[in-house]
Amino acid sequence: MSNRFETAFAKGPALVCFITGGDGDTAANLDALVEGGADVIELGMPFTDPMADGPAIQEANIRSLDKGTRTADIFRMAAEFRTRHPHVPLVLMGYANPMTIRGPEWFAAECAKAGVDGVICVDIPPEEDAALGPALREAGVSLIRLATPTTDDARLPAVLEGSSGFLYYVSVAGITGMQQAAQASIEEAVARLKAASDIPVAVGFGVRTPEQASKIAKVADGVVVGSALVDLVRQHGDKAAGPLKELTSALAGAVHSAR
Amino acid sequence: MTVQPPVNSLRSLPDDTGHFGQFGGRYVAETLMPLILDLEKEYRKAQDDPEFWAEFDALMKDFVGRPSPLYYAPRMTEHFRALAPEGKGPKVYFKREELNHTGAHKINNCIGQILLAMRMGKTKIIAETGAGQHGVATATVAARFGLECKIFMGATDVERQKPNVFRMKLLGAEVVPVKSGAMTLKDAMNDALRHWVAHVHDTFYIIGTAAGPHPYPELVRDFQSIIGKEVREQIMEKEGRLPDMLVAAVGGGSNAIGLFHPFLDDPEVAMTGIEAAGLGIESGKHAASLTGGKPGILHGNKTYLLQDEDGQITEAHSISAGLDYPGLGPEHSWLHESGRVRYVPITDDQALEAFQLCCLLEGIIPALESAHALAALPQLTAEMDEDKILVVNVSGRGDKDIFTVAEALGVEL
Repeated sequence: MSNRFETAFAKGPALVCFITGGDGDTAANLDALVEGGADVIELGMPFTDPMADGPAIQEANIRSLDKGTRTADIFRMAAEFRTRHPHVPLVLMGYANPMTIRGPEWFAAECAKAGVDGVICVDIPPEEDAALGPALREAGVSLIRLATPTTDDARLPAVLEGSSGFLYYVSVAGITGMQQAAQASIEEAVARLKAASDIPVAVGFGVRTPEQASKIAKVADGVVVGSALVDLVRQHGDKAAGPLKELTSALAGAVHSAR
Repeated sequence: MTVQPPVNSLRSLPDDTGHFGQFGGRYVAETLMPLILDLEKEYRKAQDDPEFWAEFDALMKDFVGRPSPLYYAPRMTEHFRALAPEGKGPKVYFKREELNHTGAHKINNCIGQILLAMRMGKTKIIAETGAGQHGVATATVAARFGLECKIFMGATDVERQKPNVFRMKLLGAEVVPVKSGAMTLKDAMNDALRHWVAHVHDTFYIIGTAAGPHPYPELVRDFQSIIGKEVREQIMEKEGRLPDMLVAAVGGGSNAIGLFHPFLDDPEVAMTGIEAAGLGIESGKHAASLTGGKPGILHGNKTYLLQDEDGQITEAHSISAGLDYPGLGPEHSWLHESGRVRYVPITDDQALEAFQLCCLLEGIIPALESAHALAALPQLTAEMDEDKILVVNVSGRGDKDIFTVAEALGVEL
């Protein structure tokens, strides 16, 4: 299944797009991202306590949960996406408790069944890998780990161990959607990560515009955009597909032509 | 301080990876992980450094006012003995943590953590607070050591705890009202973690209870264990033997673990932790994570949590803002499952009754948190022989709660 990642990253720099599941018309929004040129999709699983997220994604989580979104709905959205888009890699991103509450094996099996390629769990560092990692690997689902500006060379091997699909470089020490990192620090970090790893490195946190995305795509294998897309869902409610497609197209153009 | 407990000791946890059985751990974002590891390293060094403990002890004595007294409560004892069956009704002692500087046990932990912050060269302090007690204690030590201090407090709590908000400001702290979620303690902790992630290089997070990622549950427990160590000495002096029963309220559980931990390897000492049952467990409006929750992962540790079947965290309710949290420290989850400590739910109404009784019979206005512990006395004293000894942790004073209590009793001030 990780073939979908390999294909997506083989074409040159990839655009990775995040939206929160159950916020707005998720099926239409996911289609808009793909039509706009997203290479990898991250679907956020809503959680009551999204500690690593800034206001934009926090509010998206609350909007989704207030509408009654359940874990079963997220897997239904994923499975339907897989039917409509057989080749686009799909990643679930979220927090440990909803992912492990029924046991990691249950979660991993549901991911495999729904055609989910990878999982990003914000609050399970390598030290607590046993809580989810082994079950995902057993089920053939990639565990995508986060590396951050505080991940030093001593820790990096532990972060890479057991991770696959791609490595998500969190370019700022902070929460999603807030400040942006200096280009020079991104370049230095990506070079360091790529030297240590043979999986693609995607860079995210604070990336909002095609201009930023283009610069990052010159050095990284992928660019992740989340809060800027989630903001559009907030603004346009159930009619966000058009604006999402428009922003995604601009981002995709910038990323794909960067190299 | 570094004497190792015996093999098979109940006092030897957490293990090297920060777990108490299946509980505890370090469930944090990667950004925080290196800092958590640094903190552990620094704490290990401090544990073995007599200078660290000498400074801690000196501050405890002259700044906090320790040791806090172990007080025989004669009228409470007589009151419950009269209600109990023939031959029942133990001697009741109060551990007077409410007499500490800032009016609660919280300061013990803040002193320990700020000493660690200084050793780590951090210049800024953050903390979360519910009722404001931990916020005040943190602002106090930050002022004492001259460090910049930000306190994250749910906007709802800022509104209902105005006197403490003003205290924190007087002490030079900035109070940040948190407007996410239900705007209470859980949300304050979320925002404190969000701030910390963005300021790891210069900021130390003083967590207020024996919870959060390893090594917090361990180090908070160790700093609070001064409570139980003192009780041990004091009861030997007064009674010549160990107590038969220890009682303490459990929100996050730091006053309880501080009292219990030094006695865990004494099988003759029974222990009861009191959870806040709010309007009653069956009402769904409570904060009793052990009685009404199940294991899950939140705020850096695995522990019992109030949550739905999807693992979404549900809102806690208690009349006591300090117990109004949907989880508790991981060591309590472990002590619960191992059966070493019995945990009992107490409702808002029971706590209110005990609050008033303690005022009238002993001339002590207890915190609503501590009133939950006192509210277990009717049941516990009825079961214990009159030659037994029971120690309740009066973890804080109730001045901060008089407005809440007045409102609950329908009294206009």
